[in-house]
Amino acid sequence: MLTLERVAILLEDFALAADLSVAEGARVAVIGPSGAGKSTLLAAIGGFAPISDGRLLWRGAAIGHLPPARRPVATIFQDNNLFPHLTVAANVGLGLAPNARLGAEDRARVAETLASVGLGGLGARKPGSLSGGQQSRVALARAALQDRPVMLLDEPFAALGPALKVEMIDLVIRLADDRGATLLMVTHDPGDARQLGGETILVAEGRARPPVPTTQLLENPPDVLRNYLG
Amino acid sequence: MARRPRPLTAAGLAAGGLVSALVLGSLAAVASRAQIGPGAGLGPGDWGAVRFTLWQAAVSAAVSVALAVPVARALARRRFPGRGLLVTLLGAPFILPVIVAILGLLMVFGRAGWVNDALAFAGLPAVSIYGWHGVILANVFFNLPLATRLILQGWLSIPAERFRLAASLGLDRRRAFRLIEAPMLREVLPGSALVIFLICTTSFAVALTLGGGPRATTIELAIYQAFRFDFDLSRAALLALLQLGVTALAGTLALTVAVPDAMGAGLGRPLVRWDRGPVWGDGLAICLAALFLLAPLAALLLRGGPALAGLPASVWVAAGRSTAVALGSALLCLGLGLAIAVAAQRMGGRRARGVELAGMLGLAASPLVLGTGLFIMLYPFVRPDRLALPVTALVNATMALPFALRALVPAVARIERDYGRLADSLGLRGLARLRRLLLPRLARPLGFAGGLAAALSMGDLGVIALFADAQSATLPLQLYRLMGAYRMDEAAGAAVLLLGLSLLAFWIFDRGGRVDADA
Repeated sequence: MLTLERVAILLEDFALAADLSVAEGARVAVIGPSGAGKSTLLAAIGGFAPISDGRLLWRGAAIGHLPPARRPVATIFQDNNLFPHLTVAANVGLGLAPNARLGAEDRARVAETLASVGLGGLGARKPGSLSGGQQSRVALARAALQDRPVMLLDEPFAALGPALKVEMIDLVIRLADDRGATLLMVTHDPGDARQLGGETILVAEGRARPPVPTTQLLENPPDVLRNYLG
Repeated sequence: MARRPRPLTAAGLAAGGLVSALVLGSLAAVASRAQIGPGAGLGPGDWGAVRFTLWQAAVSAAVSVALAVPVARALARRRFPGRGLLVTLLGAPFILPVIVAILGLLMVFGRAGWVNDALAFAGLPAVSIYGWHGVILANVFFNLPLATRLILQGWLSIPAERFRLAASLGLDRRRAFRLIEAPMLREVLPGSALVIFLICTTSFAVALTLGGGPRATTIELAIYQAFRFDFDLSRAALLALLQLGVTALAGTLALTVAVPDAMGAGLGRPLVRWDRGPVWGDGLAICLAALFLLAPLAALLLRGGPALAGLPASVWVAAGRSTAVALGSALLCLGLGLAIAVAAQRMGGRRARGVELAGMLGLAASPLVLGTGLFIMLYPFVRPDRLALPVTALVNATMALPFALRALVPAVARIERDYGRLADSLGLRGLARLRRLLLPRLARPLGFAGGLAAALSMGDLGVIALFADAQSATLPLQLYRLMGAYRMDEAAGAAVLLLGLSLLAFWIFDRGGRVDADA
């Protein structure tokens, strides 16, 4: 269980409150108007935005004081998910051992994971020579190797076309299910939330509401969501 | 997000501390040694040096800026083949060794130079390059390109829409100038002149070779003479304090005026104008400027090229020393710069400004002032000529450090802004972060800064003149000695060699930073 216990996030001109829990293995979409704080919510869980009040718990243990890399989360950001100067294999390898050289066994695992996301044989390329969809796959492969129980995705596919996005979300679901990982994905598209097929956290009016089943929320949306969806 | 003290931050603090200790220690040594008493103190000649320093800097600044305005305007509004190359060449004097340029100027304006040959042919009396006019000529040679770049920047910063508006309103050229260009010039000219004034107040090599005597001695030259001719350390220290005062005064002045930035990119695009006026005026400005800047180098190459093969062994040995000093200085400068830039980024806020400022301290003291201080500190313990090369490398690195920081600090900030979160989320830290994230992405600014530092050090004729004897001369010093001995062919050959080494040093570093730099 990932729990945000009466959490308050105060930034300079912005405040967000959250009091909610996400079950282990859940697939949760985070949806809401732009500027409402969807990314901030993920940043607070990932360790990039300070929590000014309340507690962040994973399996009952507080993790709010840990640096990002020590939290049980792997984050995929909106952009700059890959180091452009490193090869695809080196980028993915960072998920295994960021501060050491990779052994032969590690390299085999990297190649295997790349193959499993459909990028077999592309390990020696630099990210700049890949398409946008392929770059997303590299980032997902690295997250898979990080093997953290929580995966945070901050609209990483916003720049991809609709068909490609559907493909990526399917890949995300597969990777998360393989590992029993908990998934939180920010999106502005209710279609993405439906495809995830789980629950949705609505972030609006300075508050992140507890997750509710996505179909239920979309069929009977509260006013803020109705206005946003139009 | 608890923070432990981190090794990279500690390295930056150490680097900042080292530079501050070097600069402030030298200044303290100078201050402690400067005494006024019976038989000591400054004579009328020394005050003459102060006056001349300020005067020649002011005149050089005014002449450079005045001549640069038509050249910059011509470059701003004309397109012609070779324009890009010319604009690039305007940046070259920065890495051109002063002594090389002076020799080139001598080949054109000197006693047996092209100009005097032409005057003799026309039956006119010869002109002499030695004295105040030579000092100003050389200063203008170095600073006209800088002034042109600064003013060109101003011109190109005017939005093209304003000229379009002026054209659509039918404003004539004078009105368009008054409404659009004059305000820009009022903003850019004082700052440009002040930058050049500042540079010229530390004029040493120019005054050493072309000036001298009671009417053309700068403070820096007087410091050198107090060392070399009188070995009067307390007078040298007093003069160094005066020089420091002049630099501080000019620096304070510069703080009150917006100083433009010549390092910025974007000088490639000429303005589209509807009111350009006759082409001959612009053409003349560009041709004269190019001739003035290129003729000395051409003369030098013509004379020195053939002499290269016959250079004495001492020149080659000196070239080896210079290469070692340049390499050492560049690596030291990069190490200090990288450590300070990384630490400044990590600490943020006021402490970051502090450590950055420590790295910039080299701007406050001229090389000769630093050299004087170091000499005073060292000579009770060691023979200064033994340390000539390490001290030169150290002082050169300190002098190049502000430029390195200008390139590195924003680059580190940009990298951390773009990739810091990703690196944090992956747990990339310490040396691994340096090796896998910072160094690869800093390759370009590191290469550029290293190239600048190497070239500046290669051509430096300053602190080495205080410390070196015949056994530890660098190439610029050896070149100066050849000039002093009137062995002009060999001097020209050595100058071509020095020019080649400086450009090569810059090129190798700069190229090295561009290889394999993806995205």
